[in-house]
Amino acid sequence: MLTLDEDQTLLMDSARAGVAQASPVSEYRRLREPQGEGFSRRFWATCGEMGWSGVLVDEAHGGSGFGVLGAGLLAREMARTLTLSPFLSTAVLAAAALGAGGSPAQRQEWLPRIAAAEAIVAFAHEDTPGGWPTMAHLESPDFRLEGEKSFVLDGHVADALIVSARTDNGPYLVLVDPKANGVSRQTRILVDGRRVATYRFEGVEVDEFAFLPGGALALERTLDVARAVLAASACGVAEEAFRRTLEYLKERRQFDRRIGSFQALQHRAGLAHIAVENAWSATLVALQALDSGANSAAFDVAVAKSKASRAAQEVTAECLQMHGGVGMTDAFDVGLYLKRARVDATLFGDAAFHADRVATMLGY
Amino acid sequence: MAIDAHEIRNWLEAECPVEMRAATRGDEDVCWGGRRWAFQSPAQKLWFERCLARGFTVPTWPREYGGAGLSRDEADVLYAEMRRIGARPPLTSFGISMLGPALLAFGTPAQKAEHLPRIALGQIRWCQGYSEPGAGSDLASLATRAEDKGDHFLVNGQKIWTSYADKADWIFCLVRTNRDAKKQLGISFVLIDMATPGVSTRPIVLISGKSPFCETFFDDVAVPKGNLVGKLDRGWDVAKYLLTHEREMIAGGGSNLFDSHALDKAAAQVRPKDPILRAKIAEAAVDTYAFDATRRRYSDEVARGGELGARSALLKYDGAELNKRRHELAMSLAGADGLYFDGNREPGVAEGWLRSKGNSIEGGTSEVMLDIVAKRLLDLPAD
Repeated sequence: MLTLDEDQTLLMDSARAGVAQASPVSEYRRLREPQGEGFSRRFWATCGEMGWSGVLVDEAHGGSGFGVLGAGLLAREMARTLTLSPFLSTAVLAAAALGAGGSPAQRQEWLPRIAAAEAIVAFAHEDTPGGWPTMAHLESPDFRLEGEKSFVLDGHVADALIVSARTDNGPYLVLVDPKANGVSRQTRILVDGRRVATYRFEGVEVDEFAFLPGGALALERTLDVARAVLAASACGVAEEAFRRTLEYLKERRQFDRRIGSFQALQHRAGLAHIAVENAWSATLVALQALDSGANSAAFDVAVAKSKASRAAQEVTAECLQMHGGVGMTDAFDVGLYLKRARVDATLFGDAAFHADRVATMLGY
Repeated sequence: MAIDAHEIRNWLEAECPVEMRAATRGDEDVCWGGRRWAFQSPAQKLWFERCLARGFTVPTWPREYGGAGLSRDEADVLYAEMRRIGARPPLTSFGISMLGPALLAFGTPAQKAEHLPRIALGQIRWCQGYSEPGAGSDLASLATRAEDKGDHFLVNGQKIWTSYADKADWIFCLVRTNRDAKKQLGISFVLIDMATPGVSTRPIVLISGKSPFCETFFDDVAVPKGNLVGKLDRGWDVAKYLLTHEREMIAGGGSNLFDSHALDKAAAQVRPKDPILRAKIAEAAVDTYAFDATRRRYSDEVARGGELGARSALLKYDGAELNKRRHELAMSLAGADGLYFDGNREPGVAEGWLRSKGNSIEGGTSEVMLDIVAKRLLDLPAD
């Protein structure tokens, strides 16, 4: 059934109320400023209290175990108010990686702290274009990590890193202490105010217990979970920008009538509504498929990330246009949604990247 | 009564002829039924009869009317098993997809008893008389009139875009019964036997070369009062209910038998070398899967007690526009070979492309659908 059950509806409703209260857009405006950490430690603590940071952590490790659909619902609600928090890096990426590929000891060490929002664990995957690909090679008895990673979400405040690295036995995820010798980083600010880090690893010593035994499968699973949750986030951004735009269309008067009465705008609003509806449907399919372990999950995720990314970009751009001149001002929120949509759409593969994967999986 | 997926699977394996497990290539493969119906193959006849015996021509209708009395969930099990082996529908008709649901909701017991079993049994083929030369998108301005003559109505006027009127046995029609009322409030919904004196049809040749539509003329046609469905002058309520079903059907690509994933299959065979064409097909695939997900989601929400309502306009708009887009791409994929139109080639690509242009016109134009989405779903103001 492509519907939410009672528990999921309850989670969504309580998240909507909680996020609106603890993390309104005014809070986003404060946190995006270049001074400061770019997120609220108080809100992150709230995530721990509410069980949100433990959404992908099983109950044995102190989590709430709501699963990937639960994570998607939370990301969608947080996106509605442009929330800046370590939810994606830590509660989604790190928890998914450890859950799918971690050893019992690694899980025991990190999952309870993630569930309690007592640690920030960043996921370093994107190799810097033109930079060094990240490799871990054996120099007995330990390994050495070399390379560069970009777009490490919350990498500027991470207590631990999970780094994807090539090895002689294929790709692996490896836990790295950001304070270890040979690790250096630079903080960058993205167009939506989000902080990421660029990391450089030069001869960083890692022992065999730092590797997540799950290997390449754990990496793929983690990427798919992140893509689906980002698709849900993109849906939340587009839905909220559109909801606010509809209100504006019903208020704003020109030529002695409400502008929402003009057919040119009504039809464009209709198309935007159809785009957000389809984006959410595709995303719901992907989130459910990841929870149920369906064979189609990778395909469903590619469809969802492609559709939601394109819809979020197009719909937020339409929303800005429908606001007219005030849409271009920083004082109106609609431009903030446009920027956030672009970031959610681009991270972990944009619309074109995933449409290309869809075509390949369909055999052309 | 619970339906057993395992039992259904075995039954289908044993009873569905192999010839009936291939995709329909066109109208010539569809079992329509009707007074003048001749089965197109022994397998088609066998499959129809076997389904009929179990009420599977209309699985969700009550048993007393020839159905199997299945709930929606149970019917979904049956449909899923049928899809699994690619089984064709045993019987297709506007009686099943359009009139039947309207009669179940609005018909008198006598009307249900008279018409529903004959639809289920494939004995009567129905067509729909809505549009007129002067009433297209503005359907409520229709002018075909039915005068009260005591025991019957006298019907005069003309309908257009009547699908398969030349092959149909009966027509369900919107007629004006009150010229003084506001236009939506003077319309009634009547059933007319096409064999009644004064009814005539003329096929319309389309750009595809085919003639699925007709003009239908009514010249002093006497219609018994008992053929009025719903209340006098309130036929618009029945029509709106029925349009919802028509829009769902068109949204499903059901009106022109195009498999929404046929483009992907063709692309996998041809493997387009042009990266721009490949990208466009890939985007259409993404949009098709996302749209399929929306249809499933709405259907699941309705099954859990919601109402589809004006969302049928959203589905109709998007389904029609997507279908047109896929057919344009199918033509591009076929390249110059897609241009042959002389019978010496595999049929389908050009005809399908030309036929698809009607998707965003029939059953309410795309522009009317967007009006409905804006006003009914988004609550945008009229002024």
